[in-house]
Amino acid sequence: MKARVYVSLKETVLDPQGQTICSALRDLGYREITDVRQGKYFEIAIAPETDRLQAAQRIEEVAREVLANPVIEDFRVEFLD
Amino acid sequence: MKFGVVVFPGSNCDHDAWYAVAHNLGHPAEFIWHQAASLGDVDAVILPGGFSYGDYLRCGAIAKFSPVMAAVRRFAAEGGLVLGICNGFQILVECGLLPGALVRNRGLKFICRQVRVRLETTDSPFTNAGVRGEILRIPVAHGEGCYVADERTLDELEAEDRVAFRYVEDVNGSLRSIAGILNRGRNILGMMPHPERAADPLMGSTDGLVVFRSMVAALAEKR
Repeated sequence: MKARVYVSLKETVLDPQGQTICSALRDLGYREITDVRQGKYFEIAIAPETDRLQAAQRIEEVAREVLANPVIEDFRVEFLD
Repeated sequence: MKFGVVVFPGSNCDHDAWYAVAHNLGHPAEFIWHQAASLGDVDAVILPGGFSYGDYLRCGAIAKFSPVMAAVRRFAAEGGLVLGICNGFQILVECGLLPGALVRNRGLKFICRQVRVRLETTDSPFTNAGVRGEILRIPVAHGEGCYVADERTLDELEAEDRVAFRYVEDVNGSLRSIAGILNRGRNILGMMPHPERAADPLMGSTDGLVVFRSMVAALAEKR
């Protein structure tokens, strides 16, 4: 079982890296791109015998307590079987 | 007064902090390893600058879970003085001991230079030996020093006189030019500038000593 956790800066937090990437892309001629927000991605392997519902709860906990800082970041969890 | 300087893997200002209190001020100071479960008999704790655990995940995010931080939390809850400098400040906000967060500098660059910092309050054990409004010359050295918090938190910090230091000029994009803040109990200070790097005439400034002198004065009064 695998889980994917996506962590991104909250909309209200300035993302200077994303802005720099955005302006570089526009300079390269991708004028249709109007904004870039950069984030982090985690791929987590979970022992196959783990209960699915329990795994979901625990990965949610890991994302909230460790992988993301809720003061500045949002996260999203996805499961792959 | 006995100071404890916490050493994480990747701390690199631990010896500077030790030198500032032990050599410059003549108070005993000892290093405390990140796996220590207790702080021993120290009167104050310094979380030094550096790159604890390689700054992996987020600055301070892994240090938050180290055994020594559980001891620091207990020490702080009992009113003990905790000073977090640079990476130490990042660890304190990650732990929730101070509000807000420190994110990538607005200009993306690592900034390492002397800046001018205004001392905003003398009502704290870290600034009591200073003069309100005085300008200190203290170096910064950080890539993630842009202080952010929601408007309500920022208003609260100002209303409660908890902004200890502000940059005179914009350095890194920090909201309301915040360079250092206090917790509600005023026994925890986090600051991005490095007072220990402005603690000896050889360093070009001794303005940072006011922080350590204040701590000594506050501890002496407590005794």
